[in-house]
Amino acid sequence: MKILIKGGRVIDPASNLDVICDVLTQDSTIAKVSKGIKTEADYTIEATDKIVMPGLIDMHVHLREPGREDKETVESGTRAALKGGVTCVLAMPNTHPALDSVEHIRLLKNIIKNSAHAHVFIAGAITRGRLGEELVDIAGVKREGVVAITDDGYSVDSDVLMLEALKTAQASGMLVICHSEDKKLSKNGVVNLGLTSTRMGLRGISKESEYKRVQRDIELAEEAGARVHIAHVSCKESLELIAAAKKKGIKVTCETAPHYFSLSEEDVLGFDTNMKMNPPLRSRQDRVVIREGLADGTIDAIASDHAPHTENEKDIEFERAEFGVVGLETLLAASITELVEKGVLSWPDLVAKFTVNPARILGLSKGSLKEGADADLTVVAPKEEWLVEKTSLVSKSKNCAFLGRALKGVVEYAICSGRIAYPFKNNSRKKNR
Amino acid sequence: MTWTRKDLLGIEELSREEIELILSTAESFKEVSTREIKKVPALRGKTVVNLFYEPSTRTRVSFEVAAKRLSADVIHIATETSSVRKGETLIDTGRNIEALKADIIVVRHNCSGAAAMLARHVNLSVVNAGDGWHEHPTQALLDIFTLKEKFGRITGLQVSIVGDIAHSRVARSNIWGLTKLGAKVMVCAPEILIPPGIEEMGASVTHDIDEALRHADCVNVLRMQFERDTEAAFPQQLEYFKQFGITQDRIRKAKKNILVMHPGPINRGIEISSEVADGHNSVILEQVTNGIAVRMSVLFLVAQANDQLEKHEDTH
Repeated sequence: MKILIKGGRVIDPASNLDVICDVLTQDSTIAKVSKGIKTEADYTIEATDKIVMPGLIDMHVHLREPGREDKETVESGTRAALKGGVTCVLAMPNTHPALDSVEHIRLLKNIIKNSAHAHVFIAGAITRGRLGEELVDIAGVKREGVVAITDDGYSVDSDVLMLEALKTAQASGMLVICHSEDKKLSKNGVVNLGLTSTRMGLRGISKESEYKRVQRDIELAEEAGARVHIAHVSCKESLELIAAAKKKGIKVTCETAPHYFSLSEEDVLGFDTNMKMNPPLRSRQDRVVIREGLADGTIDAIASDHAPHTENEKDIEFERAEFGVVGLETLLAASITELVEKGVLSWPDLVAKFTVNPARILGLSKGSLKEGADADLTVVAPKEEWLVEKTSLVSKSKNCAFLGRALKGVVEYAICSGRIAYPFKNNSRKKNR
Repeated sequence: MTWTRKDLLGIEELSREEIELILSTAESFKEVSTREIKKVPALRGKTVVNLFYEPSTRTRVSFEVAAKRLSADVIHIATETSSVRKGETLIDTGRNIEALKADIIVVRHNCSGAAAMLARHVNLSVVNAGDGWHEHPTQALLDIFTLKEKFGRITGLQVSIVGDIAHSRVARSNIWGLTKLGAKVMVCAPEILIPPGIEEMGASVTHDIDEALRHADCVNVLRMQFERDTEAAFPQQLEYFKQFGITQDRIRKAKKNILVMHPGPINRGIEISSEVADGHNSVILEQVTNGIAVRMSVLFLVAQANDQLEKHEDTH
């Protein structure tokens, strides 16, 4: 199978490429990237005025399977990914059961084999049941192909255990992803602590609860000589700590999510539970600093923290509603709208945050258009606008923070392993499960 | 100025003119309660449902009396005895009340934002009778009404609110309302009971009760709920009364005609001494009387606005 993508602006930060040319895929690899490719292809995509980039890697996705198939499944989540131009996701381990053993990893791998429409990589838990008490068999899950470990949703509170986790992970060449939150400080907060929590009469989540734990995680990583990746950075102080650590040569990387550079705490004042996530939307100043961190490279990656929840769990009293928003389908468009259109990032810099950077952090041979690389590509119409509506989302859950907003950037094609995975064919690859 | 909101959810979103309209409408309704036959037909044929998720006597009874004096039919749903106990959600309960063709839901709920959420899901009018720590708009309106009745104005008055500001919806609604009308508001409490950002809402802060009383035209004393929280460092009752209790000694040092308000129910000897609560500066019972007029005003205005909205929709 040959696919020829003609005349698009091809952006591949991994090979320093930003040029109008053609891309040819042959079966599951990139065969050629050059001008004026002349060949008989099985499928030709006219990409004039479109942007052609490596398939996006979203390194923070809750697919909810196994255990909460009412919220999302590997099948529905990977469809949502493709619609958003994402061809690789990193699945978070807070499933039921948690991805905390070889057995549970195999369970998910089997589901992925049978139902995934896109590439799914697995993050395992750091501790059994994500309870922060006993380490998982890190070397064992590594052999199963797990690319990172995290107790996402929780931080490992014990310094001793976290240090041990980092040392063990380092010995196995495993990345540790930190959900940096001290729950003793964030208590039962639901919105940013300060004027917002006071105006709304809700318990607040302090920034200290985030950045003090970021600080600890960096210190322990330094002590262990291990690599850490800080998930969903939301505030100025966390970024300052990460920037300082990077300067010092500590092996730390980080990500943020589109809501942290697009929205701020004012957006939550109407008690819209689709604005409720953890960490919470912070101040406008934090939003500015997050944008600066993206521009100066302190923030390595943009990930959606796609967190599907049912209406029954979201459309209720604010403080009782679940934390989190879906984001796979708005990840790229929100980033184009808020970062490229507003001059925060150039196109190549934006594409890097979705491709070469997360690939390097996770050690994946993905995110590149070099000849011979995996044929995962995304073709996007960058200026086309669309309205985010519940009916436009293919995720099982509709708890999107961007509902009602017009975003720029429509994904026209997602090519996954050399086949056109989006637009969806009718009944594409629905296996019996 | 006409009232166009189908709901009253909080004071924060109201304009000065809207607040003044509620107050002036309340003035004209106040007289009804002094008549021999205490009833006007303004809401005849309307059904008001009191939906209370928190125990409340005075607010519920006040709304009930207000609705009845406007000739509405009133139904009370106490959630302890209803299908809410069987797990029905607030939205489902609201939709069921709507299906009964009721016109107004008066809702009291322990979650902040509950009234706003309900209002988004039903077409009938929603009046917030207190949601979590967020707002208690009719309480603030009756406080302001009472102030205005006594002083003839709000602009330039100095009002001090004393007590658990952090957990008080009454404090929040009062700060919004009073500052919009040009009063100066000071809040006074131990540090732990002052929420962050309260100054940005327009209130000044003190931890010294004498300072709070020094220039005050009115002190609004909040009920202390020592049973509320297990959070550390919550003050002890006796210590609190010693430092912040409103006593006759303290009132003597204040302005001569200082008004003492309390949203009730009062804890004698805990946040306020009996002498002050029953003394000549106290307007605590007048607040209760004025509460009826203010709630009549609110019920009337939201019902009228919703009728207009429906008519508007019918013609389109």
